[in-house]
Amino acid sequence: MSQKTETVNRPVSRKDMTKWQWTWKEMKNNKTGYFLLAPFYIIFFTFTVLPVILSVFFSLTDFNMLETPNFLWFDNYIRLFLDDDIFMLAIKNTLVFASITGPGSYLLSLIMAWFINELPPKIRAIMTLIFYAPSISGNVYMVWTYIFSADSHGFLNGTLMDLGVISTPIAFLKDTSYIMPIVIIVALWTSLGTSFLTFIAGFQVVDRSLYEAAAVDGVKNRWQELWYITLPYMRPQMMFGAVMAITSSFGFGGIITALVGYPSPDYCAHTIMHHLDDYGGSRFEMGYASAIAVVLFFMMIGSNMLIRKLLGKVGK
Amino acid sequence: MAKLRIRKSNHAMNRSLGGDIGINAVLLVMGAFMFLPMLYTVMQAFKPLDELWHYPPRFFVQNPTLNNFKVLLNLMSTSWVPFSRYIFNTAFVSILGTVGNVFLSSMAAYSISKMKFPGKKALFQVVVYSLMFHTTVTSITNFWTMSKLQLVDTYWARIIPACATSMGLYLMKQFMDTSVPTTVLESARLDGASEIRVFWQIAMPMVKPAWLTLIVFCFKDLWNAGSSIYIYSEQFKSFNYAIGQIITGGVSRQGAGAASTVIMMMVPILVFVITQSNIIETMSTSGMKD
Repeated sequence: MSQKTETVNRPVSRKDMTKWQWTWKEMKNNKTGYFLLAPFYIIFFTFTVLPVILSVFFSLTDFNMLETPNFLWFDNYIRLFLDDDIFMLAIKNTLVFASITGPGSYLLSLIMAWFINELPPKIRAIMTLIFYAPSISGNVYMVWTYIFSADSHGFLNGTLMDLGVISTPIAFLKDTSYIMPIVIIVALWTSLGTSFLTFIAGFQVVDRSLYEAAAVDGVKNRWQELWYITLPYMRPQMMFGAVMAITSSFGFGGIITALVGYPSPDYCAHTIMHHLDDYGGSRFEMGYASAIAVVLFFMMIGSNMLIRKLLGKVGK
Repeated sequence: MAKLRIRKSNHAMNRSLGGDIGINAVLLVMGAFMFLPMLYTVMQAFKPLDELWHYPPRFFVQNPTLNNFKVLLNLMSTSWVPFSRYIFNTAFVSILGTVGNVFLSSMAAYSISKMKFPGKKALFQVVVYSLMFHTTVTSITNFWTMSKLQLVDTYWARIIPACATSMGLYLMKQFMDTSVPTTVLESARLDGASEIRVFWQIAMPMVKPAWLTLIVFCFKDLWNAGSSIYIYSEQFKSFNYAIGQIITGGVSRQGAGAASTVIMMMVPILVFVITQSNIIETMSTSGMKD
């Protein structure tokens, strides 16, 4: 009781309240803060967070949008991994595709940004545009279908035949031994996007005085400069770039379909993204599609975590 | 505001001649790999029919013509839904989605970056994690949510999700962290300005590069969007989808296809050229802690 009378005489402090009371008070005092972020977060939770939670839930059922769903526990996952040969092929293709385009686009972005940074400012701006343009130009990757076209009018076939390298045209986009390398090349071509810009920016903000200090300390060439000073300095940009590169390496399904059609010959470029679209978008087997989405989700998060661990070692 | 320091000369120290030659050679080869297909698209768009079918194929156009663009216009006028409708659809969705995203992301970013209240760290962390998965994961389940909200087959199915992108909030928040000094905001608050006014009249002008960047990123994504599983009706479909239909009409439409690609790519490239320095400035603050 004596404590209560005491509080009247001095301003209310955190000690007088339980943790929850304090939190509640802070929340009431900052109503505007919540008001400002509410519109964004309502939409964000509805269309980005909720679907992940729903997917996990749906994946345990045979939901198909029409009938009342039955609870199946892990039947969808068992079917996916034990009975679905095409899914196994899709996992293999996705891993091959993502493990080349992800690190490939990351290293390409980083090295090109580094080289471009060595140029004078005006040329630097032009080169940035040249490397960045394919990733923002809509369906410009369709040009590769003209280049790899299967008759003598295709640029590559026509040129090779004219030079006498081949006598009959090669069906590049129908032959299973060419398809995967070609879609990987085209994906890499369009992949110098957000992470590339991040690196371009990262290289420009490195503190110049560090280089002078390093030169005094015995850093001899630009490779040492890169490894010991630049990269550790721009580690935050490298982290962000890695996230961007990995995430987008799982999003090239549309380019594959545009180049080789759907389904690809012998499913040779069939990825998990295609499998997901097939069951979710065409067949409306929501339960099964959700199981695919959950697997894809953990593959993406897992590879991101792995890369972030690896990047922590740069410059050490 | 953190101004970007543009370096005048790189040839201060530790630069060997061999390294310079090597770097420029790699840049030349890779630059050609990136640029030549783009150039080839433009060449194809201006080639007359006999050059498109010429053997051996020529890279450069000899007698440039606008014929392909005329063919494209003809094809457009014969489509069942008037072509202007597709253009309107894309423009409408792109503009509303972009404006919405800039407003909502900036408001939320300001709140998280410059105000103190319980839960803000967790809220931001969720956004960072969401950067790690591609939207293909959520697209199928969102179909269910959309149909429950009766959004399927309306413009809103494309506009509303575009209004709250994790990328938008992330870039705005990171830029505000470094470019808006808290002291300036504090003194405005002491002068009696409301939080909303501080946000709109003081913070927003200071982060112009960030919202310009967001406009470019968001606009480019929406502008380039093709078919969507949430839209069935022909009259709600996008410009890029309609153009895709023309291109898939077969090899005979190669010229018209290239012409349409040139029209499509001009817009995002122009927007990028105009805003490049602002974008680079924004991206320099986009780093992520490990």
